Amino acid sequence: MSDATGRIEEIVKNNEVVLFMKGTPLFPQCGFSSRAVTILEHLDVPFESVDVLQDPEVRQGIKEYSDWPTIPQLYVKGEFVGGSDIMLEMFQSGELQQLVAAEA
Amino acid sequence: MPMAASDIERLILEAIPDAQVTIRDLAGDGDHYAAKVVSPSFAGMPRVKQHQRVYAALGGRMGGELHALQLETAAPAGE
Repeated sequence: MSDATGRIEEIVKNNEVVLFMKGTPLFPQCGFSSRAVTILEHLDVPFESVDVLQDPEVRQGIKEYSDWPTIPQLYVKGEFVGGSDIMLEMFQSGELQQLVAAEA
Repeated sequence: MPMAASDIERLILEAIPDAQVTIRDLAGDGDHYAAKVVSPSFAGMPRVKQHQRVYAALGGRMGGELHALQLETAAPAGE
C-alpha cells in the first residue's frame, strides 16, 4: 500500500462526508468541482473537502482508490458515491439527501 | 488533444454494442462533451458501475485526452 493510499483511506474513513475536488469550496478550480460543492451546500450537511491540486500523490491515488478517472469524487460513510454527474442525478431524485441523512 | 465526438461514440459502441449513444459537444471545442448512454445491460447495475463501464470503454482517455465528459447512463425505460 503506498503512502497516498493509506492517507486517502484514513480521510475517507474518518469523515462522514468528504469531497475530493480541485480547489476549495470557496474557490473551486473546475466547473465539475464547483457543481459538486453547490450540491453539497444545498444538502446543508457539514462536509470535509480535499484539494487534490495541493497533493499530486492524492490526485493520482484517489483515481486508483475508486477506479474512477475523474475529480471530483464524493465519499459518504466510507463509500465511494460517484462524481458530479451522479451527485446531480441523485440530488434531483432525492437519493443523495437520504444517503447523507441516514444514520451510519 | 481534443477528441472527435464520432471517436467517443465508436469506442463506447465497441465495448457496449447494444448501447444507444447520444453525444453533444458542449463548448464546440472538441474537449467538453455530454454523453447519454442507454443500454439494456445497465438494468439493475449501480450507477457507479454503469459509468465505470463507459469509462472503461474509453480506455484511459477520460481525465486525460478527454477532459470533460458529462455522463448520463440508463437502462431503457420500461425495464
